[in-house]
Amino acid sequence: MGIRVITDKCYGCKVCVPSCPFGIIEIIDKKAVIKDGCNLCGACATACKFNAIEITRETETKIDKSLYSGVWVFAEQREGKLANVTKELLGEGRKLADELKEPLAAVLLGKGIGELAQGLIAHGADKVYLADAPELEYFLEDSYTQVIVDLVKKERPNIILLGATAIGRSLAPKVAARLETGLTADCTGLEVDVAEKNLLQTRPAFGGNLMATILCPNHRPQMATVRPKVFKPSAEDPSRTGEVITVDLTKTKWDIRAQVLEVVKETGYVVNLEEANIIVSGGRGLCDPKNFAMVEELARVLGGAVGASRAAVDAGWIPYAHQVGQTGKTVGPKIYFACGIHGAIQHLAGMSSSDIIIAINKNPDAPIFKIATYGIVGDVREVLPLLTKEFKKALGVSQEAVV
Amino acid sequence: MDYFLTEEQQMIKDLARRIADEKVAPRALELDETGEFPWDLMKIIADADLFGVYLPEEYGGLGGGVFEQCLVVEELSRACSGVAVSYAASGLGCMPILVLGSEEQKKKYLPDIASGKRLAAFAATEANAGSDPAGMETSAVLDGDHYVLNGTKQWITNGGEAEIYTVMAVTDKKKGPRGISCFIVEKGTPGFTFGKKENKMGIRASATRELIFSDCRIPKENLLGGKEGTGFIATMRTFDRTRPGIGAQAIGIAQGALDAALKYARERKQFGQSISSFQAIQHMLADMATQLEAARALVYATARMIDAGAKNFSKESAMAKLFASDTAMKVTTDAVQIFGGYGYMKEYPVEKMMRDAKITQIYEGTNQIQRNVIALEMIKELASKK
Amino acid sequence: MKIVVCVKQVPDTTEVKINPETNTLVREGVASVVNPFDMYAVEEALRIKEKLGGTVVALSMGPPQAAEALKETIAMGVDEAVLLSDRAFAGADTLATSYALAKGIEKIGDVDLIFCGKQAIDGDTAQVGPEIAEKLGIPHVTYVKKINEINETGLTVERMTEEGFERVKLPLPALLTVVKEINEPRLPSLKGKMRAKNIQVPVWNAEMINADPGKIGLKGSPTWVKRIFIPEMKCQGEIFDGSPEEQVKSLVDAILSRKIV
Repeated sequence: MGIRVITDKCYGCKVCVPSCPFGIIEIIDKKAVIKDGCNLCGACATACKFNAIEITRETETKIDKSLYSGVWVFAEQREGKLANVTKELLGEGRKLADELKEPLAAVLLGKGIGELAQGLIAHGADKVYLADAPELEYFLEDSYTQVIVDLVKKERPNIILLGATAIGRSLAPKVAARLETGLTADCTGLEVDVAEKNLLQTRPAFGGNLMATILCPNHRPQMATVRPKVFKPSAEDPSRTGEVITVDLTKTKWDIRAQVLEVVKETGYVVNLEEANIIVSGGRGLCDPKNFAMVEELARVLGGAVGASRAAVDAGWIPYAHQVGQTGKTVGPKIYFACGIHGAIQHLAGMSSSDIIIAINKNPDAPIFKIATYGIVGDVREVLPLLTKEFKKALGVSQEAVV
Repeated sequence: MDYFLTEEQQMIKDLARRIADEKVAPRALELDETGEFPWDLMKIIADADLFGVYLPEEYGGLGGGVFEQCLVVEELSRACSGVAVSYAASGLGCMPILVLGSEEQKKKYLPDIASGKRLAAFAATEANAGSDPAGMETSAVLDGDHYVLNGTKQWITNGGEAEIYTVMAVTDKKKGPRGISCFIVEKGTPGFTFGKKENKMGIRASATRELIFSDCRIPKENLLGGKEGTGFIATMRTFDRTRPGIGAQAIGIAQGALDAALKYARERKQFGQSISSFQAIQHMLADMATQLEAARALVYATARMIDAGAKNFSKESAMAKLFASDTAMKVTTDAVQIFGGYGYMKEYPVEKMMRDAKITQIYEGTNQIQRNVIALEMIKELASKK
Repeated sequence: MKIVVCVKQVPDTTEVKINPETNTLVREGVASVVNPFDMYAVEEALRIKEKLGGTVVALSMGPPQAAEALKETIAMGVDEAVLLSDRAFAGADTLATSYALAKGIEKIGDVDLIFCGKQAIDGDTAQVGPEIAEKLGIPHVTYVKKINEINETGLTVERMTEEGFERVKLPLPALLTVVKEINEPRLPSLKGKMRAKNIQVPVWNAEMINADPGKIGLKGSPTWVKRIFIPEMKCQGEIFDGSPEEQVKSLVDAILSRKIV
């Protein structure tokens, strides 16, 4: 179990040293030594020309995987309104289900939300499990987990996808822990290994500096959360038909410990980056929090929203709600302006699905230019005001009218 | 230069630097503009236990000395010397109690100062008694169990903000400086009020006010050490111990200015290259760094000498203050020069540092007085050898 | 009140860079820090202790050097610290990690409240907190930005959502994961740092917490890392030439031609 260097085969050739993404291999007395922090990614074993690195894993499968079938999507709703991510998950789930030749089901929990079921079918679900009860009116970890776990035990799905939303990121780990199965957070890519029926889950790792593909080979169901806006929503086909299965909740053990006292909406506070068609984001290249005014001005002229890099947020220049990236929001606007943003992978993870990316940066080697549709190499503090002026002129917005 | 700090001293320095970088520096510009007293920062410094570094453990301190206090003042000054002086002035205010106070007085006042719960302030200067204590007019007259204080103290750092004041007042006019006594006066004592806050050139975050005593009755037990006539000695012995702190403040300001100038010189491009590549700038930076290191070495050596138990250190203490403050003035002026026009603008930090540096040449004895002290000590030393 | 704060020692990932030639992480000189989100958890625990009395215990799982992270929390004012460290814990995914931490919390005993940061900056999974709660059979609330009320039996908190926040009431014992809006973490104190310097952080191995060997480390981890790679960038786009004015003009023309604005 684990990784070991077969010392007889190791010649201390050092090929494995740079292959390790974590830099934890050292050559000591002409033999490779793997230090703490290995997560068995296998890069060194692949690199080794002498088969001197061996990775062993527990291969015994405790469960009969063949009993598990079907792709499930957790249909997140609040106050009877489906979250957009649900449609995105149905789109992706449909692809996976088709490849696996398994049905796609949506799991819908709430109170008086039955009419949403047809919409889920129209967006690709073959089946909708509908759990409708007063206890499910508000999202609560206890009640939702109970219903989903009971249903999983009965129906045995192969894969469960949830949105990486406030609800999904709280519910998924609780369900996974109770089922004692694996869960992969914030996936940006999903594929299937049809032979093994395994889900290949790709997500940013190490603070978003690397990507990792994760497997859950010996446990079922395989669970993953997906950030909103990573996948395109499925198209609606009202003519689609499917089955709505009402979940029997008469025997459910409601052991609800928490209670929602109040739901407060803060529309002024929430920056609706996910919905914006145009986003103008600022980064450390602005040099001073005051210069965010330039970003805001361009956003206002274009009717867009203001985003920011993690560096700008960490520096305290702008609230966290504006942060785009792995640890902030994932966005997919039609136009994304990256102003003075270097383009760390952690940022790119949150905006690379934008249709047009415009990079303004004084460093021509900044990674942001690698994914940019258009780029201007220059000081953002000089370029932004010019750009705003030019757009005002082109769009016929007079200076006075804007102010 | 490696000054071989002990592990504890390094810890003090690191923590002070962290506070300076994370909490003080972001506020420096704003505090300079508003002149608001930084109570929130005082609380952070207090919570970090830094007010107690130079006080003995039996009074709630950490058992360090002048050197530890200098390390804190220097680090805070790098970010904002207005904040640093508010911290240091509390040390100045409690120093007479530490050097000449009775055991009861120490037990009563030092723990709150060590924890930063209460700030202290030191009050000697008057309108007509700056460098010359003979002009002191504030008087204290014994009346039963109380002394009655009358008079006005001027330019008192932490005035109005501090709760514990060590105040010099004349108890016997005939005796000249030997007729000055020191009293511990608490804020809120009837007859003790404050004048307006001064609008200063630099160290603007610090509070400087008049203290007004009008038939202010002080209990007899608040006479420092229970003895009349020790005020002048208390002042001199206090300054001997606190002047290295002014030196530390000066080297902190100078270090802040040098760091900023060096960084700017690397970034600023003229004639197609960084100005740091020009020898004119390089030589300025080299001189600034050398003078600063010499000043630091003198301040540290003096502080360590005091802490090691030296008997007489008036001369060295005056030298440390004199040399470091003159160096700070020079280094900050040169830093402004390296920044050129930008250096003259408030958006850049060095113009504030130049204004802040000036006071270090003036307070706790002008640099002219420091030279007097140094010369006098030298003559005394020679005379005593004969 | 007995409060446990779970902390993780992480590499300062904001300092990590990729070596473009070898395509590996450059980790030299990258310091280990306490996961920044955990600092908010420590601060909130200390505030509750200051209000209601009790003790705060910091708990971490990691290699022996992770004791340094725990010492930082002691310097801030945490009363005790425990490190779970054992080769058998290595390679744990979130499920195995949360199992071990839950066993550690059980051994600490009589815990009323558990705090975690909302996620760790190296893994960013946000899973360990809720999984610990489930393993302990206690309720949890994620993304807590404020504690409205708290007493010996329960508390009311504000949980951030996409649209604002919810006020949630729950009984103790419970687990909360907190976001940075909740407070501003304090700096360490000198006395705290001196205490931290002299303290020997107790290390508990798998046996000491009565962990089932099948549920910890690699064996207890359902998920495996199959591959780690550096994502490939899309092909290069168009970089404009000319003066800033000319570049801006070209850009505006290009955007307008797409008729989005």
